[in-house]
Amino acid sequence: MKVSNIGWKIGGKAGYGIKTAGLIFSKIFAKKGYFVIDNNEYPSVIKGGHNNYTVRVSSDEILSINKSINILIALNEETLRLHQDEVTYGGYIVYDECNSNIDSFKKSRKDINYVMVPFSKIISELGASKIMINSVSLGVSVALLNYDLELLKNVIKDFFKSKGTDIVNLNIKSSELGFKYLREKLKLNAYDLEIVKPSGKVLVTGNDAVFLGAVRSGCKFYAAYPMNPSYPILDSFASIEEDYNIVARDAEDEIAVINMVMGASFTGARAMAATSGGGFSLMNESIGSAAMTETPLVVVLSQRPSPAIGLPTWTEQGDLLFATHASHGEFLRVIIAPGDPEECFYFTGKAFNLADKYQLPVIIMLDKYLSESHFSYDKFDFKKINVDRGKMLTDSKKVDDEYKRYINTEDGVSPRTAPGVEGGVFIANSEEHDQYGYTDESAHNRKSMVDKRFRKIKSLMEEIPPPRIYGPTDAEITIWSWGSCKGPILEAMSILNQKEKKVNLVHFTYLYPFDNEIVEGIVRETNKNILVENNKTAQLGKIIMMNTGYRIKNKILKYSGRQFLPEEIINGIEKIE
Amino acid sequence: MARSKGRPKKKRYHLKTVDFNTERKPSWCYGCGNYGIWKSLKKTFVSLNLKPHEILIVYGVGCSGNGANFLKTYAFHALHGRALPVATGAKLANHKLNVIIIGGDGDGISIGGNHFIHTCRRNINMTYFLCDNKIYGLTNGQASSTSDKGFKTKSTPLGVREKPLNPVLLSLSAGATFVARGFSGDTRQLTDIMKKAIKHKGFSFVDIIQPCITLNKVNTYDFYRENICNLSDIKDYDKSDLGGAIKKSMEEEKIPVGIFYQVEEPLYEEGLKQIERKPLVDHIITDIDVNRLFNRYY
Repeated sequence: MKVSNIGWKIGGKAGYGIKTAGLIFSKIFAKKGYFVIDNNEYPSVIKGGHNNYTVRVSSDEILSINKSINILIALNEETLRLHQDEVTYGGYIVYDECNSNIDSFKKSRKDINYVMVPFSKIISELGASKIMINSVSLGVSVALLNYDLELLKNVIKDFFKSKGTDIVNLNIKSSELGFKYLREKLKLNAYDLEIVKPSGKVLVTGNDAVFLGAVRSGCKFYAAYPMNPSYPILDSFASIEEDYNIVARDAEDEIAVINMVMGASFTGARAMAATSGGGFSLMNESIGSAAMTETPLVVVLSQRPSPAIGLPTWTEQGDLLFATHASHGEFLRVIIAPGDPEECFYFTGKAFNLADKYQLPVIIMLDKYLSESHFSYDKFDFKKINVDRGKMLTDSKKVDDEYKRYINTEDGVSPRTAPGVEGGVFIANSEEHDQYGYTDESAHNRKSMVDKRFRKIKSLMEEIPPPRIYGPTDAEITIWSWGSCKGPILEAMSILNQKEKKVNLVHFTYLYPFDNEIVEGIVRETNKNILVENNKTAQLGKIIMMNTGYRIKNKILKYSGRQFLPEEIINGIEKIE
Repeated sequence: MARSKGRPKKKRYHLKTVDFNTERKPSWCYGCGNYGIWKSLKKTFVSLNLKPHEILIVYGVGCSGNGANFLKTYAFHALHGRALPVATGAKLANHKLNVIIIGGDGDGISIGGNHFIHTCRRNINMTYFLCDNKIYGLTNGQASSTSDKGFKTKSTPLGVREKPLNPVLLSLSAGATFVARGFSGDTRQLTDIMKKAIKHKGFSFVDIIQPCITLNKVNTYDFYRENICNLSDIKDYDKSDLGGAIKKSMEEEKIPVGIFYQVEEPLYEEGLKQIERKPLVDHIITDIDVNRLFNRYY
């Protein structure tokens, strides 16, 4: 059967190479130019527990994974129990012969095909280790899709090359045996994907894109404390630090992390930290220190379901209000929530420029789904990220004789020097200070310095892109959302708009500072408004209400630790109607 | 030795201690130990021929931290307990700077204790002067983690119940490569220690015992003068013997001052190829090519 897109899922116990299989499956399609998006679900343990990996492949552009699974590779019974219902009409379930309860599963779904593959037997006959069942399953999958075995072998070779030729060969052999079993024994060919124009796409996660954007932006110092789901950014930096002249280090805790980054930034290097909710909680006091000393700061906050340890390996958008109000006192900050890896890349460039130009903290908000899911792209155009360091004085000749670090300027931004620059000596003072940086508790100074720091908002607002509106302008229904919900909503919209139901989306990526006038203007033009957020309390809705007084009553909220699927949004909208 | 040919040596202007004064007069209590430390720092900078813009001092919060206003160098007045990580980031971004950390016992040993032990074990080439008056001065006299057991303060009217932490012992066990103790009442010796600490290649730590004349009526100038003993008076004291230094730091009868320990070990920053040629801050970042990085994502 010729199809334009395929949903594929593999499930099994943790430690069985589920993630590897999933990523290789994604790669073999991205390499040929297919559009790919994947999602890895796993518990917070190294071995044991249930893992599954979903990949959606399409010959047309896709923006999210969805509910329909055409092929389910069930390496254990739990996978059948949890995911059998996701398989679409006429779909395929591949299971191991040692699954003795298969008949009861078969009874409940007579509309799908069950394919037995003796995974364990193939592996033991080959003398390979049990984890290589994942390579057998890849061979099986490629055969089911009438796809390119040679390409699979090449990707496997590339993927395992650091582990030595023996491992490479055994994995290749395993995939061949899987492929052969299906072709020769079962003579089965389930789907044929539409051919795409060969292009070769990269597969990047939100974490990868932030990393790439930061390197391009000239980030020279990166610190982190290991924490899901943002820790892979540290691994990425560490792997290139000598090559790109970057210092990337882990520190004793997140308080040290944020203060090291602040120290590096104060000294003139572009610097960044990344963490999740728990680490961000620890960083809070210091974010205010950056604001008070007007030190540029870029922090990545990748959200996971909280409070406390919560669900470390799952996703949620629960920290928006927290980030917009993080740290004690009143001060300006910028909150950016990219909707996909492409935005992660370009907005990270923007984050560094805004931090430098306005000398304040910038927080980039991701979540586990965006941090870890792979999306296929043609290469990003890195030339589109330019570097603007704002009012930075590194040449001592350009420093005024009576240099005042915090001079009261019209736009609130004062030229900054850095240690080492002659004539530019100043105190970066966490206490309220005068224009030189000396501690000053007088009433008139306090007021004038608070005003100076807040005066930056005028030119800052001019640089902050407004929420972007997707879809028809004359929609009956307007969805309001932010960050990583973008993809599933756009997918839902394209289905709904085919049904002649006009739906559009107001998508926020720059959430703070908040432009009342623009949002009020949008509200005036809309009919029925619905909030879609991956949290319990509709935090964007609260921000809109706080700033405009307008309350969006209709809400579609999800806080199960899983991201939205387009079908759930469609159902939600139909229920509200 | 033949005289070197080529460019004449760059002439350096010499500063006086007053050149390190700011327009602000110190606000410490008259007789405070901080005056001795302030004076010694200025003398140290002059004698090492350092210029204000070549020095970065990161201050903690407390009476000593207020010194940020009175000493003319680049300064970062950090949050309470957070001076060490700020200094670490600054030094790694520009390792040509002379980075010094100044803070009190509450700042560095109580709230900042975790950063203290971890900074000791990194051996980054910077110097930490701990202004140790065994009390929280700025909040008007609560016990700190270096206050003696039984010491009565407003927060401990019946006396401190915990044992004090010994910053010298702590830094030795955590891996600092230069450990000393000075006394703010002896600025000559303190200046000498400060000079050696700054010149030391590695992380140098100096516990500076200082009286808080307003709030600590036990550890006074007289108390210290009577109870101090000088390590330099000990014949054959081996500064490279860690075990001996640890033993000495634990002595309770007298309070040893001087250099407990000094060894040369590889610097944290020495192994970093990325800063070998020049500091991070000196790299041009306007057009970094990340094209080849994309290849790993195919």
